[in-house]
Amino acid sequence: MQTLRAELHVHTVLSPCAEVEMIPPLIVQEALERAITLIAITDHNASANVAAVQAAAAGSGLTVLPGMELQTQEEVHVLCLFETLEQLLAWQEVVDRHLPALENNPDLFGEQFVVDASGDFICRDTRLLLTSSTLSIDVVFEQVQAMGGLVIPAHVDRKAFGLLTNLGFISPDWPLEALEVSRHLKPTEAVLKFPQLAGYPIIQGGDVHRLEEYMGVSEFNVAAPSLAELRLALRQQSGRSYQYQPGADNLQPTK
Amino acid sequence: MNLQTIMDELGLTCLTQGRNFTTITPTSGYASDLLSCVMAGAKSDGLWVTLQAHLNIIAIAALLELSAIIITENAQVEPAVVQKANEQGVTLLATPLSTFEVVGKLWALGLRAD
Repeated sequence: MQTLRAELHVHTVLSPCAEVEMIPPLIVQEALERAITLIAITDHNASANVAAVQAAAAGSGLTVLPGMELQTQEEVHVLCLFETLEQLLAWQEVVDRHLPALENNPDLFGEQFVVDASGDFICRDTRLLLTSSTLSIDVVFEQVQAMGGLVIPAHVDRKAFGLLTNLGFISPDWPLEALEVSRHLKPTEAVLKFPQLAGYPIIQGGDVHRLEEYMGVSEFNVAAPSLAELRLALRQQSGRSYQYQPGADNLQPTK
Repeated sequence: MNLQTIMDELGLTCLTQGRNFTTITPTSGYASDLLSCVMAGAKSDGLWVTLQAHLNIIAIAALLELSAIIITENAQVEPAVVQKANEQGVTLLATPLSTFEVVGKLWALGLRAD
């Protein structure tokens, strides 16, 4: 068994709201300096930089899970995490068919850069990524899980794009495996503020749009750095475990 | 009907920099709290009524060149949102009234959907 310090919500320069420093080598370097050993790349409705971050992390000891932060029809943000890049790319094809044909306005929303493993510019994604897909949250749960992925509603405590604000409650019909709260609310306090979260595994995500926003406060005891193992840990099954481990967010990077 | 008249009639509070609102004439109204709907449905020079008060509403208003956003039910507007609105030339108006009441009053004043 090994202990992983994880940050499951990291944006790259493909997200219009992310800082230009969010390029593969710096994302990897910053994680390692903070003793984070597993991250998930989760750009808004997009995934074109995942392979580049994985390449940048190759041999470094950092595991990079393929992911996306999808905006559902109800304007709820959900993390969709996958085991393999192929699974994510198959999901991306579904998402692409459900995005509006609108163009991004970089002056208002920000630039959307596709980059290589060094962070060098490849192209711009010209689509409007910071908008809702026409996929409902029910369909997202069903399809992502059928494709082997894990759905984690993101920053459920936030008024903008949070599940609780936009949908009001957690449907018992969702095969919910975990929920994410924002940096503004400790998982231990979340249940007190939102009693309906009780009984679900709660992780805290940095929603990392700039390097200083890494938190890495999720600790997983698992046999290997994989999504299947994280799933077991969230369920506290087969000797795997998950715990909120504060303190990591106070670690200053050693530069 | 100009924006100053609407502000007076509804008792709206302006959160952003003052300007000569008598020269601004909203041509239509739209109400929704889902930004994707607003992006698709609101019209340029229109008034948008919502209880959303986060940063993203400014980008939508700037993109669509709305005449103003009316934020209902005294939703908390952070200083960063007001600052961004001023940078983008977006007018933010606040009211304790609900969206339903605001829309009713705007309709009574003669404003229509398009």
